[in-house]
Amino acid sequence: MSGLLNKVVVVTGAGRGTGRTHCERFAAEGADVIALDIPSAATDLCVTSAEVEKRGRRCVTGVADVSDLDALTTAVDAGVAELGRLDVVVANAGIHLAGAPTWELTQEAWRRTLDVNLTGVWHTVKASVTHFGKDGGSIVIISSTNGLRGTANTAHYTSSKHAVVGLARTLANELGPRRIRVNTVLPGAVGTAMTLNEATFKRLRPDLDQPTADDVAPILVARQLLPVPWVEPVDVSNAVVFLASEEGRYITGAQLVVDAGLTQKA
Amino acid sequence: MGGRLEGKVALITGAARGIGRAQAVRFAEEGSDIIALDVCGSVDTVIIPPSTPADLDETARLVEAAGGRIVSEVVDVRDLDGLQAATDRGVERLGGLDVVCATAGITSRSGTVEMDEAVWQTMLDVNLTGVWHTCKASAPHLIAGGSGSVILISSIAGLRGLVGVGHYTAAKHGVVGLMRSLANELAPHNIRVNSIHPTNVDTPLIQNAVVSSAFRPDLDRPPTREEFAEAARPMNMLPIPWVEPIDVANACLFLASEEARYITAVALPVDAGSTQR
Repeated sequence: MSGLLNKVVVVTGAGRGTGRTHCERFAAEGADVIALDIPSAATDLCVTSAEVEKRGRRCVTGVADVSDLDALTTAVDAGVAELGRLDVVVANAGIHLAGAPTWELTQEAWRRTLDVNLTGVWHTVKASVTHFGKDGGSIVIISSTNGLRGTANTAHYTSSKHAVVGLARTLANELGPRRIRVNTVLPGAVGTAMTLNEATFKRLRPDLDQPTADDVAPILVARQLLPVPWVEPVDVSNAVVFLASEEGRYITGAQLVVDAGLTQKA
Repeated sequence: MGGRLEGKVALITGAARGIGRAQAVRFAEEGSDIIALDVCGSVDTVIIPPSTPADLDETARLVEAAGGRIVSEVVDVRDLDGLQAATDRGVERLGGLDVVCATAGITSRSGTVEMDEAVWQTMLDVNLTGVWHTCKASAPHLIAGGSGSVILISSIAGLRGLVGVGHYTAAKHGVVGLMRSLANELAPHNIRVNSIHPTNVDTPLIQNAVVSSAFRPDLDRPPTREEFAEAARPMNMLPIPWVEPIDVANACLFLASEEARYITAVALPVDAGSTQR
């Protein structure tokens, strides 16, 4: 039904978090996976690979920083050479460096964020798109609810996540005639280390010495429409798989928000 | 996948044909029972051929062939009392309600300034107030059940203005506002509310002389299907003139399913890129 049987998908940031669940979900739908992440995540990639293989599919892992076009191209080429084709690209790798008021952000934090979250996505598409066959394909770019609205102290992150929406809109225009669809998925708070970490806990609960996820949950619940503090990685993956599947064959240029209503709360 | 709506009950307005029928059949394939409602008759100011009781019967046959139970009734979404009664009867017979698709809609054409008042009013009555009626009649059942998913069929005209259909554009934008308010109101009850925005869909709503002629003002006769397609294709980014009803139904299925359990207040286009070009 999903039309993903025997297709090949490349996922960046595949070592952990939502990147890993993307790989698991695609494998469950019958796709083989090229799982890429930075060199320091090599061990995490082994776990991802094992999860894919557990679902009966092949997984080729590769290490490359998405900000390094040559390394990324080499890794994608190697994966496609081994698995024989490419049908889906999930540009998932992203970072959220410590924030500060916009005028106090360091040049280093600004540049590194744009290098990974924006230029890295462009690199991922650049390295992959030539491998698509004549039947076209699907590109899913992971943005964020910060791709729709700004929050204080996140100028670097918010700018990068808005920018990939613009990139996706342009790409969708350019690649539509080749039947390649380009969409963005915009998660709100997700139950991964990017949201559930000590810095976030302390920012939300400055009144506590050692706040935990449980301490911040009520604050996060209050921000969303649905009575949950965050969405799970698999919820983001389900949206990605839907867009990449045959069921989404005529959806392109779209922004799909997975945020439990965070951005629409009155 | 199969079984993505196992044991659920879905209410669909405009179920006799087109998108509504595709939703009913697709949901039934995934294990859902169906409450199918349709006006099965003509609506003043609307020139396209009306749906018929035979169309609704065919939907019922297809749903049953897919393994679903179906309760169908002829009712006009403009008639709140009738809609409430039909909804209540359907829920009673099928034992609950989980998914609501407000799909019933009409189209007519006129320049906004020259538009006849009746054309304007009928459009709002069906395409906006009818959606509100559908939500009003069904929401108490969803609340009683403790969860649910409501899907409002808007249009690309709910996201951008289209020429010659100012009333349709206003109504479809109105549906987005309704969706956003309702999502806020129903979230505490674990009920999600989203809208879908199709480009042209290959249904009687576009495959008629009035709509197809509007795409080919250069001809002194209604265009052939191929001539219409040629003119419709540039609207979309993907090289297709229109999407199929099944494509809209698949997007609704996703939003109705557990896979989208945390997606609410979203406007999802199924538009081949039309709104982004």
